[in-house]
Amino acid sequence: MNTAVDPVPFAPAAPAVVARRSYWHGVFRQLARDPVAVASALLLLLIVLAALFAPWLAPADPYKASMIRRLLPIGSPGHLLGTDELGRDLLTRLMYGGRLSLLMGVLPVLFAFVAGTSIGLVAGYLGGWVNMVIMRTLDVFYAFPSVLLAVAIAGALGPGMSNSLIALTLVFVPQVVRVAESVTTQVRQLDYVDAARLSGAGAFSIIRAHVLGNVLGPVFVYATGLVSVSMILASGLSFLGLGVKPPEAEWGLMLNTLRSAIYVNPWIAALPGVMIFATSMAFNLLADGVRSAMDIRR
Amino acid sequence: MFAYFFKRLLYTLPIALGVTLVSFTLVYLAPGDPLNAIAPADAPADVIEALKATYGLDRPMPVRYALWLGRALHGDLGASIATGRSVTSEVLSAAGNTLLLAAVAAFVGVGVGCALGALAGYRAGSWIDRVASAISVVGVSVPHYWLGLVLTIVFSVKLGWLPAMGAGAGGSAEWAWDAEHLRYLVLPAATLCVIPMGIITRTVRALVADAVNQEFVVALRARGLSSAEVFRHVARNAAPTVLAVTGLQVGYLMGGSILVETVFAWPGTGFLLNTAIFQRDIPLLQGIILVLCLFFVALNLLVDLAQPLLDPRIRRA
Repeated sequence: MNTAVDPVPFAPAAPAVVARRSYWHGVFRQLARDPVAVASALLLLLIVLAALFAPWLAPADPYKASMIRRLLPIGSPGHLLGTDELGRDLLTRLMYGGRLSLLMGVLPVLFAFVAGTSIGLVAGYLGGWVNMVIMRTLDVFYAFPSVLLAVAIAGALGPGMSNSLIALTLVFVPQVVRVAESVTTQVRQLDYVDAARLSGAGAFSIIRAHVLGNVLGPVFVYATGLVSVSMILASGLSFLGLGVKPPEAEWGLMLNTLRSAIYVNPWIAALPGVMIFATSMAFNLLADGVRSAMDIRR
Repeated sequence: MFAYFFKRLLYTLPIALGVTLVSFTLVYLAPGDPLNAIAPADAPADVIEALKATYGLDRPMPVRYALWLGRALHGDLGASIATGRSVTSEVLSAAGNTLLLAAVAAFVGVGVGCALGALAGYRAGSWIDRVASAISVVGVSVPHYWLGLVLTIVFSVKLGWLPAMGAGAGGSAEWAWDAEHLRYLVLPAATLCVIPMGIITRTVRALVADAVNQEFVVALRARGLSSAEVFRHVARNAAPTVLAVTGLQVGYLMGGSILVETVFAWPGTGFLLNTAIFQRDIPLLQGIILVLCLFFVALNLLVDLAQPLLDPRIRRA
């Protein structure tokens, strides 16, 4: 698995406070003209809505098992996508499964975004030995291939959803810090930051008013690339039995429990993976679209 | 140039030391007694004490780390709690299998990725460019454990062409280069190679597309060089970055093959790691994490040392 997103080459732009509204307007207009991005956004919206409104939309109870209706094939009457190894309606479980799977894709990245940006700002702005200590410590975590680090932390902490959230957050923090730190270091040396410092502004207000705005953009772009990685990794942890526990519905876990069915009814065993694949692909394509739409600034 | 080599080597040492510290302490994050794996819940106190002394668990953590590190430097990673066998030999034999899988996957993935990326970069906007970008998006988006499952369904369950699990008939873990064993390698390697293929295609495409528009390429063309000669210059420009990305990818494959190994019951480090986690076999866990990470660190070092051979700018710096 690849969890390293290509680092975003970034040259700090001058703060465009006045032009901001028209800038985002331009990005959006550019995006609306990109058919792939629009299709991805629609697919993603559909998946999110299906997950969000699962309790009202789903045709059955996600936990109601039935011994006589096990592993029904796709297209069975009453079970559009068949049933799983315990006779639970698969369409229902796929809809419910999106709730945890999407959450596990977004939450670790969000946590890492907040923590990583803060650490990166501190390291980049203060520089000197603080920077040295922080960055060299993170280098050690960088020396771990990310899947290995995620599995090792989740494995050490033990199975469970909160533990895999912690594991994934810890995997992403060093990566986010690196991006935030490099941008902060570049911005810190700009003339207007010097000017602010000379006019007596404190470190905190300089970071808040002058540095943060420049750092958030590239870090955000980097973080959007991590969401699909996070989702695949989180489902992978569940697939190994280290994430969400049964009988919860989650795509990776469903893939795990349905694995034994590949000799009985192979195609339903592949369905949860189709959801992971479709979601992460839609997300990546949308993120690519946003990235190239944002390029109009340069 | 020697200064560069020396600096890079020196920089690796503290990282490697940090890796040993993290590998050692990581497994103690969890609450719970490591002795649970071998001692029954109602074991008498003196038996527990004796076991603790045997495994050195009665000493304070820093002492344990120092002892562990000292022995690890001599190639001794202790004994597995679950099986009593030497961790070093268990990990090394599993690492051999993983390396085999990762190397084949990397070879195929990087080869196809380079060819496809170069073609796409040369003909930006053509159909081959669209195929290449589709492949690279699929490569980074596909959950590879699921891809492994789908390949198993198609080629083992439906068609019956290839074995679904293991690395040899009868569950043997001994590898040999013959047709029988190669059949076991096809599906896991095909699954795993998709990951580097996507990234490498994307990287090479971007590099080549960027290079062909640069002035020096226009100048080379204007001087009447054949397209093969021009390509040699473009390739030389892309080589350092491709090498760096390839190095990272091989490392990720070594550490990241755990899911694929689980799907195919491939007897490698990922599979071993999985068993060690569920048996809470602490020495084995520490050993696997350490060996895989040190491999990754060494690989990164090797890539960095090879960079100046490809990129004269680093040599002069």
